[in-house]
Amino acid sequence: MSKIEIRNFNLYYTSLHVLKNINVNILERKITAIIGPSGCGKSSLLRSINRMNDTIEGVHVSGEINIFGKNIYDIGIDVRILRKNVGMVFQRPNLFPISIYENVAFGLKINRIHSKKNAINEVVEKSLKSVSLWDHVKDKLHKSALSLTLEQQQRLCIARVVAVASNIILLDEPCSSLDPIATQKIEELIIYLSDQYTIVIVTHNMQQAARVSHNTAFMLLGELIEFDKTEKIFTNPSMNETEDYVSGRFG
Amino acid sequence: MIKLSPKLSQKLSYLFLFLATILAIIPGVLIISIIIAKGWSVFFTLKFLTSMPTSGMLKGGILPAIIGTFLLVIISIFFVLPIGVGAAIYLNEYSKNNLFTKIIKLAIINLAGVPSIVYGLFGLGIFVIYLKLGVSIIAGALTLSMMELPVVITTAYGALNSVPLSFREASLSLGVSRWKTIVHIVLPNAIPGILTGAVLSTARIAGETAPLLFTAVAFYTPHLPHSIRDQVMILPYHLYITATQIPNMEENRIFATALALLIIVLSMNFIAIIARIYFRKNRKW
Ligand SMILES: Nc1ncnc2c1ncn2[C@@H]1O[C@H](COP(=O)(O)OP(=O)(O)OP(=O)(O)O)[C@@H](O)[C@H]1O
Ligand SMILES: [Mg+2]
Repeated sequence: MSKIEIRNFNLYYTSLHVLKNINVNILERKITAIIGPSGCGKSSLLRSINRMNDTIEGVHVSGEINIFGKNIYDIGIDVRILRKNVGMVFQRPNLFPISIYENVAFGLKINRIHSKKNAINEVVEKSLKSVSLWDHVKDKLHKSALSLTLEQQQRLCIARVVAVASNIILLDEPCSSLDPIATQKIEELIIYLSDQYTIVIVTHNMQQAARVSHNTAFMLLGELIEFDKTEKIFTNPSMNETEDYVSGRFG
Repeated sequence: MIKLSPKLSQKLSYLFLFLATILAIIPGVLIISIIIAKGWSVFFTLKFLTSMPTSGMLKGGILPAIIGTFLLVIISIFFVLPIGVGAAIYLNEYSKNNLFTKIIKLAIINLAGVPSIVYGLFGLGIFVIYLKLGVSIIAGALTLSMMELPVVITTAYGALNSVPLSFREASLSLGVSRWKTIVHIVLPNAIPGILTGAVLSTARIAGETAPLLFTAVAFYTPHLPHSIRDQVMILPYHLYITATQIPNMEENRIFATALALLIIVLSMNFIAIIARIYFRKNRKW
């Protein structure tokens, strides 16, 4: 069952044609990796799935992205609801300079998902538990979020997304600012979360894609070259470009 | 031409730069020390600051002028902050980068260069005469706020602009609307910069006479203002008339008035600088 269907999707930065006729089905509760050399359009594609590209001046798109059968580029789509359902984690942890608690509660309070303090406390605790951060921070919830290590900050970013009850999580090179041990821990978390969430992860790191993902999309110069089971992409790809890339011949 | 050894020319240029610096600060130091020297004796008979002028301003204090200056400046802030911050939010968060925006930005920069007497005449035309506010505190405060506007917009724009894009992205990606992102994330992080800018622009206009000459100022008032429709005395103008228009004025009283004005302006600058240092140190991004 596919949750995100991308159909004939094109994206332009003013006149620069960055995504060229992308077609792909992203499966529910699976981890899909997007790989490809720098500048091939991975982030642009990812940011199309929650319409974060709308915030950049001069961006226009054509084609469809259907999430649960609804084209998110239709007129009348409430972008706020879309972005709440399709959470995003960025390359560098981008917490607000407020407390750990307030970071997780922010989306809940502002979006009025909950208004009672008890309900908010409960969701904050649950979200922090689901990213295995609760035990570490439960005694310092009101300390600044920026006092945490980078790995913990990235976990907290994920908790913030989990808290607003997203069911899709997009991650754009979430480990690129982390050391190998922290990277491994975040990878474990991503795998754990895939029980409940549909996850799309952009990565530069092919080992990472191989380790965590079920399916892999390989992109080159704005085109989706190949999309298949991860083992297939890394052991026996159908396209020569994919073969060249995963065997490290360029990129 | 005589050839100097590199070492000597190095020393000479150092000496020149040092002298230039000294020369630059001498007037400031002189002004402040002369004002303090001549003014402090009267200034510290504290009654001078807290009483009404008497005997045709030859005696008594400068209370109404101090109050007038404060009233004008504080009321002007109430007008200039919402409008200035609103404009800055529009320019920084909403406006597209097109010709219209460029023209607006250019206009704002140029407004800051309009001579203050022109603002005074404009205030006379618009607020005093056309809006029938009369020569009054409210007309003067409105005129001052027009003068402050370019500086407040520019500093608020800078403060908003320095809030990292990643904060906005984080908030938007959680499904928070653009407006709520501005209110809950961008503004709180920009407020220190906005307030510092507002205080600095206030300090700059607290010593202005020209914009108030036709819009707010009274030569002499026998009592403190009762409403914002009253005229007021203000420090810089009081200083001017006591120095030039009143015969037999005791010189130390003039300097004491100058000292009061100086202290108000400098302490506002000082507050702004301290606030800026404090917020910089406590800023975590
Ligand atoms: N805001 C923008 N304005 C104009 N062009 C952009 C913008 N963002 C990206 N591009 C261009 O779009 C193309 C794809 O960029 P994108 O960031 O999607 O690539 P990427 O695969 O994520 O690269 P990386 O691996 O370096 O993150 C690049 O050529 C880039 O220069
Ligand atoms: Mg990228």
